[in-house]
Parts: sequence; structure tokens; C-alpha cells
Amino acid sequence: MTDESWTVALVRQSDVAFARQVAMKAMTAIGASAIKKTKFVTAVSEIARNAVIYGHGGAITFRVVGIGLHRSVVGECTDRGPGIADMQLALKDGYTTGSGLGLGLSGARRLVDRFDIISSAESGTTVTLESAAR
Amino acid sequence: MSTSGSSPIVTIMGCVIVAIRDDLDDREVLMLQDQLVEEVARVKARGVIIDIASLEIVDTFAGRMLGSMAQMAHMMNARTIVVGMRPAVAMTLVELGMTLDGVETALNADRAMSLILGRRIKPS
Repeated sequence: MTDESWTVALVRQSDVAFARQVAMKAMTAIGASAIKKTKFVTAVSEIARNAVIYGHGGAITFRVVGIGLHRSVVGECTDRGPGIADMQLALKDGYTTGSGLGLGLSGARRLVDRFDIISSAESGTTVTLESAAR
Repeated sequence: MSTSGSSPIVTIMGCVIVAIRDDLDDREVLMLQDQLVEEVARVKARGVIIDIASLEIVDTFAGRMLGSMAQMAHMMNARTIVVGMRPAVAMTLVELGMTLDGVETALNADRAMSLILGRRIKPS
């Protein structure tokens, strides 16, 4: 179980829905509560959509880490985009360079237990999301 | 009756009702919005009831659709009421910073119908 992983390619909008399904399956596998599941899957939806819209596509990989009651799901989303120029600004509520609400990135960060983001013009953006079962 | 994906849209007593099936992608969300607006105009609806009980998640995209649906319906003199929101979805939306201001909610479609039809239906 611990070395199992699922990868979803993110190219078109329907891939975001598929990523949500896989995220839900992974959270169900670790016996996560309804609220934890909903928060994590919502965060995945926001990050995966960003990868498709702003990141020229990419992929998200889910894996289960930890043992027993302390298991959690880690999602790592990488894209092929231009990177984020001003990270502080990008993580602010209401800031957007597109037509959205500017709540996706900042909101996703609040929904998970761990949120890491690395971005550069050369290697695109990688967002790591982690959520425990409870 | 028209459909968006497998979400059937029905009109009863001037209320356009849709129960959204789980997991619409963004394109399907926008298609559903278009169909709802068209249906509101076609039947001169007094209200729109959107049942989201089967939705395990509502992200910023779907949330924004609910908000703009309410605004569009309002401009066409119809009320939009969202019903069946799961507690986990409500908590998540608030944490996302989406409070869906301007979107009315009700416990279920029955209550929403009574709200839209006003006193024409006597409570039993």
C-alpha cells in the first residue's frame, strides 16, 4: 500500500475531474473522514485546474504515506508552465492573472495539512498537498 | 425535459429544477448553466432550484457558477435556491473564502418550492 501510487495526466478539463476521482479514492483508501476527503479533493481540483489552465498541462501523482492511523495522502502536481513570478502575490486571496476568483491557490493552501509550492521559469510549478485521514 | 450530461432539468409549476449529478467537469458546468438560463427564459420561470446533494465537492469554479446563475436568474426575475449542500461542502467553501453571497439556500427541494411559490402553497 505504502509504495502504491496513482498518476493522472493533466491536459484537458476532463482530466481535472479524473484527478478528483483518484484523490477521492486515495483518501477513501486511508479511511479519511468526510470533511478531510472533501477538503483534500477540493484542493486537488483547484491545483489541477491551475496546471491545465496556466501550466500548459502536467500531471498529478498521489501516494499514501505513513502507517496505520497515521496514514496520509500526498498529491504532487507538476506543470510545464512559465512558473509563478511573484509567489507572495499569487498566494494572496483574490489575486489572479486569469479570469478566475483568485481563491484557488490561496484557498487550497488552507484546505490541506501541508502545502508546498516550488516554481521557476525553467521547470514550471510543483505543488505538494498532504492530508491526514483525520 | 432537457439534459446536461445526465443531469435532467425539469420544470414544475414555474420552477426550473436540476439535480446535479456528481463530478461535472468545468465544460459541463458551463453547459449546465447555459441550459438553465435558457430554460428560465423559455418557461418564464419564477425560480431555479439546484440540488447539489450528490456533489461531494464544490470548488471555486462550481461555486462561481452557482453565484452567477443566481445573478442571471435574478435579472430574469427568477429566484435561485441551492438545496442539499453537504456539511463538508459548506465548511470547505467557507475555508476557500467563497461564502456564496446572494445565493439562497434551503434544506430540500420541497422547502425551496414553497419559498419560490410563496403563499400559493399552504404548509401542511
